[in-house]
Amino acid sequence: MFYRENGQFKTSYKSDQQIFAIPQDRWAILALIVFAFVGIPLLVDEYLFRAILIPFLILSLAALGVNILVGYCGQITLGAGAFMAVGAYAAYNFLIRISGMPALGAILLGGLTAAAVGIVFGIPSLRVRGLYLAVATLAAQFFWDWAFLRVKWFTNDSSSGSVSVADIELFDWTINTPTDKYLFCLGILVIFSLMAKNLVRGSIGRQWMAIRDMDVAATVIGIRPMYAKLTAFAVSSFYVGVAGALWGMVHLGSWEPAAFSLDRSFQLLFMVIIGGMGAIAGSFFGAAFIVILPIFLNQMLPLVGGLFGLEVSIALVSHVEIMIFGALIVFFLIVEPHGIARLWSTGREKLRLWPFPH
Amino acid sequence: MSFFLETLLGGLMSGMLYSLVALGFVLIYKASGVFNFAQGAMVLFAALSMARFSEWIPLWLGMDNLFMANVLAFVVSVMVMFAVAWLVERLVLRHLVNQEGATLLMATLGIAYFLDGVGQTIFGSDIYKIDVGMPKEPVMMLESVFEGGILINKEDFVAAFISAMLVVALTIFFQKTATGRALRAVADDHQAAQSIGIPLGRIWVIVWCVAGITALVAGIIWGSKLGAQFSLSTVALRALPVVILGGLTSVPGAIIGGLIIGVGEKLSEVYLGPYVGGGIEIWFAYMLALVFLLFRPQGLFGEKIIDRV
Repeated sequence: MFYRENGQFKTSYKSDQQIFAIPQDRWAILALIVFAFVGIPLLVDEYLFRAILIPFLILSLAALGVNILVGYCGQITLGAGAFMAVGAYAAYNFLIRISGMPALGAILLGGLTAAAVGIVFGIPSLRVRGLYLAVATLAAQFFWDWAFLRVKWFTNDSSSGSVSVADIELFDWTINTPTDKYLFCLGILVIFSLMAKNLVRGSIGRQWMAIRDMDVAATVIGIRPMYAKLTAFAVSSFYVGVAGALWGMVHLGSWEPAAFSLDRSFQLLFMVIIGGMGAIAGSFFGAAFIVILPIFLNQMLPLVGGLFGLEVSIALVSHVEIMIFGALIVFFLIVEPHGIARLWSTGREKLRLWPFPH
Repeated sequence: MSFFLETLLGGLMSGMLYSLVALGFVLIYKASGVFNFAQGAMVLFAALSMARFSEWIPLWLGMDNLFMANVLAFVVSVMVMFAVAWLVERLVLRHLVNQEGATLLMATLGIAYFLDGVGQTIFGSDIYKIDVGMPKEPVMMLESVFEGGILINKEDFVAAFISAMLVVALTIFFQKTATGRALRAVADDHQAAQSIGIPLGRIWVIVWCVAGITALVAGIIWGSKLGAQFSLSTVALRALPVVILGGLTSVPGAIIGGLIIGVGEKLSEVYLGPYVGGGIEIWFAYMLALVFLLFRPQGLFGEKIIDRV
């Protein structure tokens, strides 16, 4: 980096155990958060909020949840989209069926409902593992896709099958402009990230990692696999559920089950794997990559086509887009299978020693 | 009774087609430990290539013979699938040797997106028909046994027959030929196979080629039923429960699992569906497989999972 940690000695366990042990890192992160809260709302226009920043924040939260399960506890899931849907629809039902329910309460209750559902669908993980489990979690995806489409109670008997909520309120603050929505999501994301970081470096997080690395060995040293796996499912689903509630109620406003389809599940898993499994920062990198890439391709392809004098139709753009998206994912996996987070930390390590190679 | 039998037979027929797709999964998983999510995209790609080449080749060569056009299109499609297999090994798998299962899974998802995009860019994204002369008209059967008999599509019969033939051919290939033995050796143990001089890279290309051919056959059969269109790539999702029910490593498992899932789906849709609002086919198959997994984690015929520290 542009600073050295020479001469900074840790004299107590407390200072050794900090999340950011080096003051410069601490200040940099703090500056980043302050900039995100104060600077960005001043600089950015509405389109950027709506198209990139709000989706990025909410999907980071969801990716954080998936990362807890996949990256820290080693249980591959392809059903994350379903838990987003459960969170969204549960929050919706809490909001409209209980009068005087505060929006934040509904969102958190939606998360808790998703956690409960997550525990139920996590039970197979006690028996099966790896790819079998990945396919088993698809059961959750298809079941909830179907349930929210066909069971009218969940959508409050809406005739079109889509549900919508009014602008939500937090105490006296009505969240209706993109800036408000951005700040609301950012606040939740910051709190939840801090919680996640503390969870994964605490006792329960270490249990998850032991299960991930080798579950039989973990059992032998006295970790209860049932407790560890099911808490991972619960916490992960809670995060994903809250993200789903935010996605529906804050970002979209009105939505139908297709918003949480299988593609969403794949997308979340992509974020975690491209960002970096088992790294909190990886969730953010991954979410940024996956959110920005399609928009970037969408804008760039007609321009590039124009350079070569080609007429690029909309259908062709969408096909070439998924083609390049697929190719880039494969490319990224080959270049850095451990994700952008690993790239980031190697880069930091190199800069720390620079100009010396070792 | 005859209605029940009709449903049952319909289930068995579609189950046969599921097994065909499931077979592609099993072949690749056995030989390389890769769970190939791109199988569905390969089915779509193969079907599109078959449909379009059978349309283009008569135009290019200026001939008017449906049979020859189909044969040529089939040959060209087989070569296209071989090219895909070779490229996948060359560009992707070779660089991802020894990575975790999740990374490989994601890589095949990337391949799936890529193939979907390429296929639709080259071949177009409309619904194309594949006409290989499958008989369409239904026939009545067992009229002497029941009153009214049961109604069956001839097409389904032909499809089931072709699938069965393919399975027999694959079994012979695996059991009797030298290449088949090499494939089984690789499936048993990569390192041991390599140490006795079996070229891993070539084996993987062969396996992906075989999976490509099963994808082509599945694509032709499904395509002539439904038309070659984007929704074909979701056929793979219907075949996934088959794979976990039958066991990821077992060819007979894929067949029997396919039949169970096919029958279970149809019966549940007909007898259970009306009570809960219909459309339960897809998740019912997954639930069936899931409940099954709770009692037999390795699937019906999968190898027993032994944990060692």
